[in-house]
Amino acid sequence: MGNYVPNTAQQQKAMLEAIGMASYDELFSVIPDSVKLDHLDLPEGLSELEVHRLISALAAKNTVYPTIFRGAGAYRHYIPAIVKNVISKEEFITAYTPYQAEISQGILQSIFEYQTMICELTGMDVSNASVYDGASAAAEAVGMCCERKRQKVVVSAAVHPQTLAAVKTYCWGKDREVAVIPERDGITDLAALSNLLDEECACVLIQQPNYYGHLEPCEEIAALAHQAGAKSIMSCNPIMLSILPTPRECGADIAVGEGQPLGMSLAFGGPYLGFMSTVEAMGRRLPGRIVGETVDVEGKRAYVLTLQAREQHIRREKASSNICSNQAYCALNAAVYMTAMGASGMQEAASQCISKAHYLMKQLVNSGLERVYQQEFCHEFVLRSPICCTILLKALKEKGILGGLPLNEYDLLWCATEMNTKEEMDQCAETVKEVLNHAFTL
Amino acid sequence: MRLLFDYENQQKQSTYLPKCDVEKTELSLKRKQKLHLPVLCENEISRHYTELAKQTHGVNDGFYPLGSCTMKYNPKINDVLAGLGGFTEIHPLQDLESVQGCLELMKQTEEALCTITGMDAMTFQPAAGAHGEFCGLLLIKKYHEIRNDLKRNKIIIPDSAHGTNPASASMAGFKVVTIASKEDGCVDLDALRQAVGEDTAGLMLTNPNTVGLFDKHILEITQIIHDAGGLNYYDGANLNAIMGIARPGDMGFDVIHLNLHKTFSTPHGGGGPGSGPCGCKQFLADYLPGVLPCLTEEGYAWHQPKQSVGAIKAFYGNFLVVVKTWAYLLTLGSEGIRETAQNAVLNANYMMHQLKDTYDLAYNQTCMHEFVISLNKEKHDCNVSAMDIAKALLDYGIHPPTMYFPLIVHEALMIEPTETETQETLDRAVAVFKKIMADAMANPENVHQAPLLTPVRRLDEVKAAREPHLRYVWDKDE
Repeated sequence: MGNYVPNTAQQQKAMLEAIGMASYDELFSVIPDSVKLDHLDLPEGLSELEVHRLISALAAKNTVYPTIFRGAGAYRHYIPAIVKNVISKEEFITAYTPYQAEISQGILQSIFEYQTMICELTGMDVSNASVYDGASAAAEAVGMCCERKRQKVVVSAAVHPQTLAAVKTYCWGKDREVAVIPERDGITDLAALSNLLDEECACVLIQQPNYYGHLEPCEEIAALAHQAGAKSIMSCNPIMLSILPTPRECGADIAVGEGQPLGMSLAFGGPYLGFMSTVEAMGRRLPGRIVGETVDVEGKRAYVLTLQAREQHIRREKASSNICSNQAYCALNAAVYMTAMGASGMQEAASQCISKAHYLMKQLVNSGLERVYQQEFCHEFVLRSPICCTILLKALKEKGILGGLPLNEYDLLWCATEMNTKEEMDQCAETVKEVLNHAFTL
Repeated sequence: MRLLFDYENQQKQSTYLPKCDVEKTELSLKRKQKLHLPVLCENEISRHYTELAKQTHGVNDGFYPLGSCTMKYNPKINDVLAGLGGFTEIHPLQDLESVQGCLELMKQTEEALCTITGMDAMTFQPAAGAHGEFCGLLLIKKYHEIRNDLKRNKIIIPDSAHGTNPASASMAGFKVVTIASKEDGCVDLDALRQAVGEDTAGLMLTNPNTVGLFDKHILEITQIIHDAGGLNYYDGANLNAIMGIARPGDMGFDVIHLNLHKTFSTPHGGGGPGSGPCGCKQFLADYLPGVLPCLTEEGYAWHQPKQSVGAIKAFYGNFLVVVKTWAYLLTLGSEGIRETAQNAVLNANYMMHQLKDTYDLAYNQTCMHEFVISLNKEKHDCNVSAMDIAKALLDYGIHPPTMYFPLIVHEALMIEPTETETQETLDRAVAVFKKIMADAMANPENVHQAPLLTPVRRLDEVKAAREPHLRYVWDKDE
């Protein structure tokens, strides 16, 4: 179809002639004949309408659940209309990384504002402009803590399994040892942690609330890490950070997390947002872009990418990370979300998530599921089913409900957010009750 | 411009959530520090970001010949389709039956990109080009580790490479061996032969390279590495020049990454999200990270590579970026992909040809999709630098070329027009480049003042780095 190439065949011919060439073959004559393609084995191009039909048909093959009680690293929250409207501005979508500050003040300022809000949520001094997602943010944070004599990385078993997997992969790349702290009753085992800590430990990574939704004893863990001379990293849920003690208050050195709950769609896992912030003393170890305030030649306040001596384009193999492209557009998305919701809106969302999760838990227990842990939780919790989970999930699916995530044959990790109404939760519990009653009367 | 935190009066914010319809539960732990976030009404939020958008130069604002970044037009249908509820409202951990469309789309895109590149398998997990490099290098590491060939700890990289190449090699635990390029900007075969040995894990190469030239010795280069027992890594940053014309997989490359946000038109979003899928030959496919979609008798399912390097992020990558890529590939089709490369190369050569009497070309020969000019002579003769020319372009609404890269050319400006620009746009840009040079030669002092018309003028970058001011700080009593 030739979409998006604006020059006509005639113009192309004239341009070839202008550079003294007769054909495209001449233009590519440097490529060895033995590797030149005669034909690319793909279908012919399509019109926009045909493409629209084909891809809409693929989207229609997916099931959009009207009701979702599943989180486990990806959360459905309410996104105010203004968020998607603001970020749909074409300049924000199509601009490159703001290398040319004079014509990029909009992006640069939005990142500075984002950095400020992330620092406010986490209680930290310095934030970067984002990394790929929560899991890679944790892996990058681990890298910030490792020093020549401290290469052992200690990670709680109660962090998100994919966070642990990413940390292990990054550490394998650098030939670093990862020691996993076992969990005890659904939270990090402090006694086991004490035994793992030694003078070779670089850092201790935990998640708050953890994978099961439980509150970790973060202050004690940070204190233990510091006693051993190691750093403390907390991976946090940003909605919960609006009401929970900040990582700074807990004594953490680095705060990271998955920023998707800050106004991003579920989007089958991405694009999401990795946020990272730290104390001033470790600011120059942060990977990725950082925006700073300065002035122009007329003394006017302005923003610019700064502290670039850390980065790959200057330091090459000695850089703190290889990151170049980040998730700037998602950071903008998060900033607009936090601005629209405000502190009180985010705190209300957090509070509703927690209240609704506790309500859902009680209803499901009344329906015959059983609590696996007795820990204090936020908006996720684990319940055991007396029958195989898949039967429950199938029955819920028929009602348009995505139930909890199966952790094994009988345990489900449930989640509630402000999106879930009492009616939905009652219906979910009622369905579970019916299935269990049916199973036990057979 | 005011910051979100500069507005003086607290404003009434909109109500987004209904009252809670269940009993309130409070946690035993609470934050002590007050949470400062902006307190703005919706109208002011809308205006604030409209003003920020006005101070942002996108591809929609004008010509954007930023070398190595492939700033082509971003088709709007891509965004529309990636915004369909059947993609945006899908939880990544839904049951397989309910995500068949997502898996089918990923599989189809994977197969098309493998066809274009000559690879056998591909993962979309890498979120950006550098992430794809890291992924590809981990495959190389795994390959040697599984063969118990543990002495292979060095990656060879030409000095013309992007900074991400050596940084990625370092993250994957390799030592970097830098080899100097020849005067013609290409790999020095003798230097390469001397650099390889029993410790060679592999080579990272961009082809066309970062000076915009296709290395005509590519088959000898990849053979030298293979003969030495190493693997060849293809940095796909410049694939736009050759897609549909030639394939890295046929040139001796074993593992590659692509930049979907460059070559395949998905936008860059002010710095990301990108997508850096990593493709490989069959003998490396079992090491790929994450899970891969595959077609079974019961429909699409996830396949876990048996000896996977693990995971480099959560879930399956920047999925919505893959949706945009698939829309683009369907639109272009076989001929459109080839036509894209042809016109990318034609536009670059056309512009280079028009400029070569005014600006010194770093390499005076047919280029691929981009070319490099050097202001070295002007810098020396009358103190007019690459920076000066770049900043002068801002006043004409043109985004400057990439500055001071590649590092092997002094006072470099790297120009990549892309295939989506009209001949007229190129002619106008050429006229501007010529006018700037004429003005600079007539009065070199003036060009140091540029830009004059932008929202802010040249910045004090030294102050930004020496006195870091990286966030807004509230007074203690607020």
